[in-house]
Amino acid sequence: MRTLKLMAAATVAALLAAPGAANAQESATIGVSIPAATHGWTGGVNYHAQHAIDRLKAAYDNLEFVLATAGSPSEQVSDLEDMMATRNIDALVILPFESDPLTGPVKRVADEGKFVTVVDRGLAQDGIENLYVAGDNPGFGRVAGEYFRERMIDGGKIVVLRGIPTTIDNERVQAFEEAIDGSGIEIIGMEHGNWNRDDAFEVMQDFLSRFPEIDAVWASDDDMAMGVLEAVRQAGREGEMFIVGGAGMKQVIKGVMDGDETIPVNVLYPPAMIGTAIELTALRYVGQVPVEGRYILASPLITQENAEQYYYPDSPF
Amino acid sequence: MTLATSAARQPSPPARRRINFSALGPLLALALLIVIGMLLNPNFLSYGNLTNVLARSAFIGIIAVGMTFVITSGGLDLSVGSMAAFIAGTMIIVMNLLVPSLGASWLVVLCGLGTGLLLGALAGAVNGLLVTVGRIEAFIVTLGTMGIFRSLVTWLADGGTLSLDFTVREIYRPFYYGGIFGVAWPIIVFAIVAIIGEIVMRKTPFGRHCAAIGSNEQVARYSAVRVDLVRLSTYVLLGVLVGIATIMYVPRLGSASSSTGVLWELEAIAAVIIGGTVLKGGFGRVWGTVVGVLILSFIGNLLNLAALVSPYLNGAIQGVIIILAVMLQRERSAAK
Repeated sequence: MRTLKLMAAATVAALLAAPGAANAQESATIGVSIPAATHGWTGGVNYHAQHAIDRLKAAYDNLEFVLATAGSPSEQVSDLEDMMATRNIDALVILPFESDPLTGPVKRVADEGKFVTVVDRGLAQDGIENLYVAGDNPGFGRVAGEYFRERMIDGGKIVVLRGIPTTIDNERVQAFEEAIDGSGIEIIGMEHGNWNRDDAFEVMQDFLSRFPEIDAVWASDDDMAMGVLEAVRQAGREGEMFIVGGAGMKQVIKGVMDGDETIPVNVLYPPAMIGTAIELTALRYVGQVPVEGRYILASPLITQENAEQYYYPDSPF
Repeated sequence: MTLATSAARQPSPPARRRINFSALGPLLALALLIVIGMLLNPNFLSYGNLTNVLARSAFIGIIAVGMTFVITSGGLDLSVGSMAAFIAGTMIIVMNLLVPSLGASWLVVLCGLGTGLLLGALAGAVNGLLVTVGRIEAFIVTLGTMGIFRSLVTWLADGGTLSLDFTVREIYRPFYYGGIFGVAWPIIVFAIVAIIGEIVMRKTPFGRHCAAIGSNEQVARYSAVRVDLVRLSTYVLLGVLVGIATIMYVPRLGSASSSTGVLWELEAIAAVIIGGTVLKGGFGRVWGTVVGVLILSFIGNLLNLAALVSPYLNGAIQGVIIILAVMLQRERSAAK
């Protein structure tokens, strides 16, 4: 709180001292609204949002930030109302908890003439946001599928663990299935592990008792990959199959870097995308460059060669 | 419901006969599930699968035994899932902190175990004191502590996942994966807890006092039952059992996060009720709880083994079976 006050004082002082400079760089308050850290990936989002804000605050005197984390969609709506009523924000960066309940409230913010950046989950109605930053969900499935195809030239039997039943999960799985179509790779079992280690552990235990032959596992998420790995280890079948997760959890990236044979690669779906969105939004106020549009981050394959550039040892995810 | 509860309050000789009949409900459901499982997949009764299912039942099972006492005495505890996550997180932090000074040794693991048990007893005592001394409804108290424990573990983990030091994990791992004579440790611990629980419920004054309080608190008070002390003890007992369950849980994946133990409380309560304990209190059956836990685990296992229905419907199948198991039992006791 004290640093906030200092910042505000510094900004005011700068404005008074150098009116010329202040004109060249208008001051702006950017509101950032994200879901609370309820699981690993959102924990990463929180870390990277804070990281980006700290960096920008240190770099530019004319930028102010308001960060709010919400535990539910309705809480997030209240956060938006508070930002509008009491903080008078100029721009909003939001990772919506759910698309539908947040569409109306975000539209009201946009109607007030604020600059709106939407991250990851798109709104239910087109054309509200000025800037859209997201990961590539179909790409996430496709890149994983292409790796399986390349690695299993003669085909083989695989099992798939899916996330929580959502559009995101459907897009990923559909793209994965299309990518392996006609390759001779057969999906012999597919169940929901809900992006959860414990659920994935139990589902995988049951897959292992059900199928005597499994050549590979697409766990579609790093938390689930951890659970799967433990079940495979318990059954003593490590040498038999490889596992591919996804998202870019630091422990998994570290393993890929060190040449782990059971989890040889990873597919990126970075929580750091919130940082991209905040930086791009800030650029509008400090760079005088156009930033409106859609910015889709690629989901590259992380291998031993390039793993180091995706490794954030200090992040909680 | 009323018939079932009043039947439970009959004097003991008819009650003994009644138990034999109404208990058939959950047992029949379990037998049916096992038969279906054998028909669907030859691996169902294999040693590996049975070990998996029984070992994973142990967490909910150990907690549900404690929950049986709380519910029998007319209470409820919604905080057990969050409590388990909080204890798991704290155990991991304590063990990681001790590694530099003590090295990766059994001593570190022992300190972890002690932390788990102590924290469980403390957390249970907090719930119990708020209910007895604070005179707040158990539902509200434990709803509050549920949120508190869940937030604390999220905060401890900084929103991410707490992972146990790799070297300690290798020492601690046999606690879940090891065993004697081919029976895994979680199964052995679950069995011991269940047997002791059954004896305490049926043969000791403490068990009878729980039922008396749940049946009619005023009457129990006039009969010189120390109501508050017994109540408090049920919550502390449950807390310690949550500690024991967590001790078995941590070596399984060596990690804890805010998604650990989500909905364990409802699974435990469902298992208790399926087993024939009355939700309003007054009558409890520990071995019934064990059957309830096994029913819930076998349903999940079967749905994974057989891919009978769309995975979207797994929850619906579980719901139907829970309701059926309880209905069978209520009808039989009503017919008596």
